[in-house]
Amino acid sequence: MGGTSSLYIMNMALMGMGIYALIAKRHIIKKIIGVVIMEYAINLFLILLGYKTDGIAPIQDSSINAAQLAVRAVDPLPQALVLTSIVIGLGTLALMAAQAIKLYEKYKTFDMSEINRLRG
Amino acid sequence: MNHILPLLVGIPLGMSVINLILSKASKRISDVIAPLAVLAVAVLSFYLLGTETTAYWMGGWYPPFGITLLYDGLTSLLLIVVNTVAFLAIFYSISYMEKYTSKPKFYSLFLLMLAGMNGVVITGDLFNMFVFLEIASIASYALVGFGVEHEELEASFKYLILGSFASTMILLGIALTYAMTGTVNMADAATMLQSIPASKTMAFAAGAFIMGFALKSGLVPFHAWLPDAHPSAPAPVSAMLSGVLIKAIGVYAMLRVIFNVLGPTAINLNIMVVLGALSMAVGGFLALGQNDMKRMLAYSSISQIGYIVMAFGLGTHLGFIAGLFHLFNHAAFKSLLFLSSGAIEHATGTKDLRRLGGLSGKLPVTTTTTIAGALSISGVPPFNGFFSKLLIIIACVSAGRWFLAALAATISVVTLIYFFKMMRFSLFGELPAKLQKIREVPFPMAFSLIALSVICLAVGIAYFVGPTFSELFLEPGANVLLDGLKNNAANYISSVLGG
Repeated sequence: MGGTSSLYIMNMALMGMGIYALIAKRHIIKKIIGVVIMEYAINLFLILLGYKTDGIAPIQDSSINAAQLAVRAVDPLPQALVLTSIVIGLGTLALMAAQAIKLYEKYKTFDMSEINRLRG
Repeated sequence: MNHILPLLVGIPLGMSVINLILSKASKRISDVIAPLAVLAVAVLSFYLLGTETTAYWMGGWYPPFGITLLYDGLTSLLLIVVNTVAFLAIFYSISYMEKYTSKPKFYSLFLLMLAGMNGVVITGDLFNMFVFLEIASIASYALVGFGVEHEELEASFKYLILGSFASTMILLGIALTYAMTGTVNMADAATMLQSIPASKTMAFAAGAFIMGFALKSGLVPFHAWLPDAHPSAPAPVSAMLSGVLIKAIGVYAMLRVIFNVLGPTAINLNIMVVLGALSMAVGGFLALGQNDMKRMLAYSSISQIGYIVMAFGLGTHLGFIAGLFHLFNHAAFKSLLFLSSGAIEHATGTKDLRRLGGLSGKLPVTTTTTIAGALSISGVPPFNGFFSKLLIIIACVSAGRWFLAALAATISVVTLIYFFKMMRFSLFGELPAKLQKIREVPFPMAFSLIALSVICLAVGIAYFVGPTFSELFLEPGANVLLDGLKNNAANYISSVLGG
């Protein structure tokens, strides 16, 4: 189990890195990268939940019966969830990138601390 | 009967695509089909009212394998609120959005947002809820930045970053729930969670869920994006965001997860009370100092959402009724106020209270509806806001929370003060020389304003006159929450899993 738990710890570190970039960085692109790192950390976490050492693909054919498959196969559900989640992340990323370009056109800067017309 | 349920998502989702394709042929066609699509969904949600709790299994896959859609008392109230406000907002946009380019794209985004909200409301599956939540959120990020000017883009980007963070937190909560239960079906997860002892993992998951939903609903201290995003959006979008979006994907989703999946433990309920009371007070006092009309309304939304969440957090039957009633009323008067401020902006070109004044002579319809909205939200009888605020205060007293009752009463006085400020500076006083030539708003805008004012007044009177309104709209929703509180959500679980 030692291997798996160190994976979880590295996963948490990745998440922390994402949050750090999101909060501490003022550059818009770096903030966007922070959001993406965070999303990927969660995706990785979901995949890890279904992970099995030496697991096989969850496809049943004539060489294996259902009981054996249940023991050896990796959990397919998180993989399906992560696919959906990656697509959602792509949509968000595209919108963020488009906004970053538009913001640069208007303000001529990527520094979030200079983009501060809204106050109060 | 339950075959209607997928249509509530399918119609807006499909029409948002069809609308974009058809608009290549003729721009005018969007003005017809988009409002008609929303009208169809609104009619369906009224048609479903009063039917008993039913589940629909997508594609015939039975739970816990397939996605379950569920229609119950809480769903019925939210569907009616969301779709009625959506119809009036989109009807209003027919004239209001004229000044923006690419109106068909606005309609498509609007329909996507509606599809996402309806999806969140009817789904019985945690991950499915996340997907719909993201559909609604991404569409709303784009809609906030629809004007692509300096302020809109800035607000939209802030909203997007914080919204993505909230979504990630919600997904983390779902992942942890999946790790503990091995299912993402809400009812199935609830059953599993009741059979295993409480763990630190689930406490962390509850924290992630509550943080995510509190960010989405703009509760203090997670409110930083709201006063930027809601005023920067075009008026019909502000009305949707403040009126229904923060309730459907924030408050409603939080209620479902807490009452039906995680279980309304004392800690969860107390967190709701604290967040609610804090939002109520901070939002109210910050609204006092605003000079931008829409910004004031946005702070007022934070304050009113605080009332709603606090009432639910009390964990009593009366608290649930009061919360649901205030949720219903807030959707009506806050969208009315945002649409009215949009009408004032449409006529005068500004939303700065210091540059307005004396509009009552020039804009009779808008003035009347603004006054109706302001009186409702500040709790003046016989408008609806009076009864729901009174109920919230009574619920606090009967739960023995005297401090909360006093706070709620104080903040309602504060509300009255800032709305008097808004009316004094915009509607009455001297008309600035620049605004001598303004004209009243066109028919579609006036229609939506009047319809919402009538709803505000009629609901207040209907509640006062007899129990029919409460029995039809509020009691079924309160019973769902009560089932979660007293009964370990047994009815919910059996209606999703059983048949």
